[in-house]
Amino acid sequence: MQTAAIYAGRRALRGLYILFGVSLGSFILSELAPGDFYGEARLNPQISPDSLVRMKSEHGLDQPLIAKYCYWLESVVRGEWGFSLSYNMPVGRLLWWRLLNTLLLTVTATVLAWVVAVSAGIWLAAGGRTVHRLLARGGLALLVATPEVLLVLIFQLIAARSGYLPVGGMSSPEWPQMKLWNIAPDVARHLVLPVTVLTLSALPAIAMHAASSITEVLDAPFIRGARANGIPQWRLLWRHALPAAAHPLIASFGLSVGTLLSASVLVESAMGWPGLGGLMLEATLERDVHVVISIVTLSAVFLVAGSFVSDLLLYSVDPRIRRE
Amino acid sequence: MSRAIRLVLAALWLATLHIGAIGAGFFSPSDYAEQNRSFPFAPPTRLHFVDPAGRFHVRPFVCRWSAHPGTVVYSEECDQPFPLQFFVTGARYRLFGMVQSHRHLFGVASPAHIYWMGTDDFGRDQFSRFLYGARLSLFSGLFACAISLTLGIIFGTLAGYYRRSADSVIMGTAELSLALPWLYLLLVVRALLPLSTSPSAVFLTVVAIIGIVGWARPARLIRNTVLTAGAREYVLLAKSFGGSDLHVLLTHIMPQIRPVAMTQAPLLIARYILAEVILSFLGLGVAEPTASWGTLLKSVQQYSILSSYWWMCLPASLLLPTIMSYMMISINRSQAEISPA
Repeated sequence: MQTAAIYAGRRALRGLYILFGVSLGSFILSELAPGDFYGEARLNPQISPDSLVRMKSEHGLDQPLIAKYCYWLESVVRGEWGFSLSYNMPVGRLLWWRLLNTLLLTVTATVLAWVVAVSAGIWLAAGGRTVHRLLARGGLALLVATPEVLLVLIFQLIAARSGYLPVGGMSSPEWPQMKLWNIAPDVARHLVLPVTVLTLSALPAIAMHAASSITEVLDAPFIRGARANGIPQWRLLWRHALPAAAHPLIASFGLSVGTLLSASVLVESAMGWPGLGGLMLEATLERDVHVVISIVTLSAVFLVAGSFVSDLLLYSVDPRIRRE
Repeated sequence: MSRAIRLVLAALWLATLHIGAIGAGFFSPSDYAEQNRSFPFAPPTRLHFVDPAGRFHVRPFVCRWSAHPGTVVYSEECDQPFPLQFFVTGARYRLFGMVQSHRHLFGVASPAHIYWMGTDDFGRDQFSRFLYGARLSLFSGLFACAISLTLGIIFGTLAGYYRRSADSVIMGTAELSLALPWLYLLLVVRALLPLSTSPSAVFLTVVAIIGIVGWARPARLIRNTVLTAGAREYVLLAKSFGGSDLHVLLTHIMPQIRPVAMTQAPLLIARYILAEVILSFLGLGVAEPTASWGTLLKSVQQYSILSSYWWMCLPASLLLPTIMSYMMISINRSQAEISPA
């Protein structure tokens, strides 16, 4: 028997271990990499080797790995998340807005994908005519196989042809002059396309998962017993089948957050959404180490938070865990 | 369509594609980088059987395109038929990287051209680029899958069989790499390696990265399989009779791993083909003029191209049946496992 607090504490400790490991691991990897941010500057004849050495020591690039890691860790505690060499400012200030933008995108898509997918899963498992169900399954199979790149292109084509929705970006060019109440609908209009792509990319896996786990539960003896007792279909579904089928679904919630984040890198860079993904890509190419590591750690924070939430949900839904 | 028919279709499509990709030099009418600057954005060539005079030809023929001066608008000039010829000589290529040849399966006499999928902005034959791109993308998927499955089997078996410290170290590391969205992980590792220019070096780098980054998922699955297999009576019995670890692993545990690996393989291949496409699409994989499905997709990213020249999307849209076929095979394998016929 473990209490909720102990359970949550253990999960949180595991999360901390992962965050620590991920950030240290990416530091070690970046140390192993050939070249650094000043690789380009080295080729520039106007910059003398002396000043290169001076610039490096100014940013602590000549320090040993452990010292660099501790420096970064300390700046994380201060909320600066390291120093971006290419933007010449603390990474934290750089990340803040983009983090909000990415969260706006992924949280909306996650909520939408889960709501639609779970209802589709219930419908696939329990209701609907056979023909419709077959069609829906075919559509889902097609969606699973469609890469996000293709989805992006298809939706951009549709948007541009119809001319109703903006194809990329996050706001109209005239947004600095806009009033606050005009900005929100403007951003919402820009949000439609990327959210649709992200939702569609995450949806089929969840829907299939939901359908199969509900189908399995509906076949279980306790459901057949309940049905034999004359419990109506809707009550059977909501009160008996769904809570029992929830376990594998909730367990996969954390994973789906990761899939969505991956997809958002692509969608952000292809649709010009100013989020973490685009910055990550840019920093990767420029070897802006602190930016890369901070974003990677942040993405691990999302994933860890996602699995933490799903762990807590599991605890409240599944009494078996409490007895472990 | 019954499941069997779909499976046969999937296998047929994959077989065709792989044969086409391996023999890309032979099956494609021109080289992937060969430019024909006077025919940018030419639409797909049409195959005719009936000429303007109404006579029927047994051997199909094509007409030459003539460009309206200063535009990319073409019209067919059917004054003279150019019959489709087989085993024609053309650009030199190497088959399997060693056999030099200049025979192509089909072609037409100059000044006509044969572009099954039209041409791109440099007047390069899209069909040839598709085949050469398939060679790169399909085989990066296959090789990367081989790498990550091998790593997964080695580490998964070690962790599941020896348990204790091996298990906690290996699975602890696996958990770290699973804690990251895989594209982020891919980017971080890609950032470490030089953005080299030689296509074969880039190909090897991309394959190695995709394969190594993907080790954790199969490793975890195989570890769980080995863990349950290791607790079976016959394994314990074999051990208590003095069977060595190697003997037990090879004769008693391997047969348990195989179905898991066989179900995972097609899924991983599909995933890794997509990974290569995404890397090249983002500009981190192979670059122009080398053809890969990623660079082909990248070229339709501009709206003007996407909307005006529909044939530019042909190679990209063929990605879909390929991924679907691999997934179908994987699903079929996992169902065969549950209910063996």
